[in-house]
Amino acid sequence: MRYLAERTLGDYLPLLLQGIPITLELTLASTVVLVAAGFVFGLGRGSRNRLIRWPAGFVVEVLRGSSAIAQLFWAFYVLPYFGVELSPLAAGIAVLGLNGGAYFSEVVRAAFASVPKGQTEAAIALNLSAWFRLRRIILPQALPIMVPPFGNALIDMLKFTALLSLVTIQELAYRADAIRSVLEDAGPVYSLTLLIYFAMALALSALVQWLEVAVNRWAGRSTRTGRKAGPQERSTSGVPRWAFGR
Amino acid sequence: MRDVTMRYGSRTVVDSLLLSVKPREKVAIIGPSGSGKTTILRLAMGLERPSEGWIRIDGNYLWHVERNGALLPAGEQQARRARRAVGMVFQQFNLFPHMTAMQNVTEPLVHVLRLSKKDAHDRAADLLTRVGLATHLDHRPAQLSGGQQQRVAIARSLALRPKVMLFDEVTSALDPELVGEVLNVIRDLAHTTSMAMMIVTHEITFASDIADRVIMFDHGHVVEEGTPDVVLRNPQSPRTKQFLKAILER
Amino acid sequence: MTFQWDWGFAFQQLPTLLQGLVFTLEATFFGSLLAFVLGLVWALARLAEVPVVSPLVRLWVEFVRGTPLLIQLYFLFFIFPSYGVTLPALETGIIGLGIYYSAYASEVYRAGIEGVPRGQWEASLALGLPLRRVWGRIVLPQAMRFAVPVLGNFVISMFKESAILSTISVLELIGQANIIGAETARYVEPLTMAALIFLVISYPAARLVRLLEARTGAA
Ligand SMILES: Nc1ncnc2c1ncn2[C@@H]1O[C@H](COP(=O)(O)OP(=O)(O)OP(=O)(O)O)[C@@H](O)[C@H]1O
Ligand SMILES: [Mg+2]
Repeated sequence: MRYLAERTLGDYLPLLLQGIPITLELTLASTVVLVAAGFVFGLGRGSRNRLIRWPAGFVVEVLRGSSAIAQLFWAFYVLPYFGVELSPLAAGIAVLGLNGGAYFSEVVRAAFASVPKGQTEAAIALNLSAWFRLRRIILPQALPIMVPPFGNALIDMLKFTALLSLVTIQELAYRADAIRSVLEDAGPVYSLTLLIYFAMALALSALVQWLEVAVNRWAGRSTRTGRKAGPQERSTSGVPRWAFGR
Repeated sequence: MRDVTMRYGSRTVVDSLLLSVKPREKVAIIGPSGSGKTTILRLAMGLERPSEGWIRIDGNYLWHVERNGALLPAGEQQARRARRAVGMVFQQFNLFPHMTAMQNVTEPLVHVLRLSKKDAHDRAADLLTRVGLATHLDHRPAQLSGGQQQRVAIARSLALRPKVMLFDEVTSALDPELVGEVLNVIRDLAHTTSMAMMIVTHEITFASDIADRVIMFDHGHVVEEGTPDVVLRNPQSPRTKQFLKAILER
Repeated sequence: MTFQWDWGFAFQQLPTLLQGLVFTLEATFFGSLLAFVLGLVWALARLAEVPVVSPLVRLWVEFVRGTPLLIQLYFLFFIFPSYGVTLPALETGIIGLGIYYSAYASEVYRAGIEGVPRGQWEASLALGLPLRRVWGRIVLPQAMRFAVPVLGNFVISMFKESAILSTISVLELIGQANIIGAETARYVEPLTMAALIFLVISYPAARLVRLLEARTGAA
């Protein structure tokens, strides 16, 4: 056993790396909440019934309007006073997921709104059941639109889980900070931590790209990703080569 | 232009073209869609660099410099110099949407010709009046009809007093009832100025009115060329006959 | 356990919270400025397609967007002193926020610039406008019409997210609220008030940006 002062990052590496699965689990959990909340709020705000639309709109505006960090502290310090005893873990995941869901609700609402009304009408005229209409007519047109923004939301969740370190959850950021406080030199710990987050973000992006292909295939759409403008196609916008004096 | 060839990928759009326009000459270019007419004008304007061959305008090469009798490739700087003698009016107008008609015209006057604000304003007002827009000086493109926008675009190019003006199907994006006003402006211009003009158009009467020479173009080649009387009224080539017939029957 | 909201206490703490708000606003203002300028630099560096430089800038932008702001701030906060740079926490926070949001802003500028129709460039070229003029008077103004509402939303996000500066000891809104909470052992009023202050400012601001969006979208 070496003296504390002689220890290096290497000694704490396992401790740090153990934070990775925890961070990923937190990301997953808050994303599940995000998607659920996004659909509930999004469909609620798109509802024709005012008794549904207005409360949904109110909740979304409050969640989006005040700071996520403020909400996190609020859930951690204030909720218990009102008799709501949530574990920091549950409170943290709920705040991140609901907050992200408030933003994602707009994506959900817009995606459903983008499906032309005639689609539903035609389906009704064909006597298709409501469930069939949703599953085979509406969702295949709405879901593919949601996937790219979902990718951004997922990465946001990953990054936001770092905030949970502030409410004593021992994920990656928490461990990085703890290790920094015993080591003299902050540089290596934080650099490594940033790289780990970046690698996780890249992995999640790759996952979302795969998801995009899968959803498009399910929806019966030809995959648009990877389709590049061929030489035959004239671009109508874009920066010409000479724009930088070359 | 000499031996000018233009390829996109493996596709040759203009093939070893030899074309020269004399001062004051008005040349009309006709031909079916996709034959490469626009490409010729874009080459002449220096918007595209030819795959082969050279282009000279008013003594300056567009993409080359002459040194000791040899032509050396040159870059954007040289092209800039040569472009000064050319003006172009586009099919889609390409007015700057965030500027008024007046500002569209004065912008290059002040920043290319370095006229004073006042001189630029006077020249612009003059030209815009000439194209019949005296009362629309402060309108933005979105507040103008297509015909009016195209007339602003013509005034904008004219203001720089180019030696050659290029017109690329300037009326084909317009509603039929607006075509006349734009053609009249160009016709007027053709009869009163000493500028050379290259005009791509599908308006046969208009072409025969103003052109000294008509070029029928197809698949990157000149099919036939000559005076309007010959090419438009007595075409020799079957391809030209067929094309004119198709247009008249439209 | 019954809890009583104490209005007297809440109002008594309001001036302290408003002091924190000043820092919040300061961080948002200067952070936005930095982000807008840096973002344009990144966007142009990427669009210029300079070998080595442009791909590196791209990687940099991706990196900044792919890592948590919290760790970026910690990094700056603990690294600056070890290089002998002693910056007040607020300034460090402004730099952190500025860099973080510049990565997002660069994407917006890029989309805006790339969205300017090709015809605009060609018309400028046909008129012989000097390059600086083409950028300054033709392309960027049109790109900005697209970018401004989005950047406006970034300012609002930054305003809310600047609460994170409390973690590097900046006494902005949440920092003050936490201190009041620790000193008086009453968290409910200060934290609730702080959250409400965020809401009261950001909600109308968001409405304003939406109005702007609708206007530029229609024109
Ligand atoms: N940038 C480009 N990339 C690839 N192909 C191109 C490009 N520009 C033009 N082409 C092709 O070159 C051919 C000639 O085009 P051009 O625009 O010159 O024809 P045009 O005679 O003007 O036709 P139109 O009457 O339709 O305007 C077309 O088939 C077009 O698809
Ligand atoms: Mg054409």
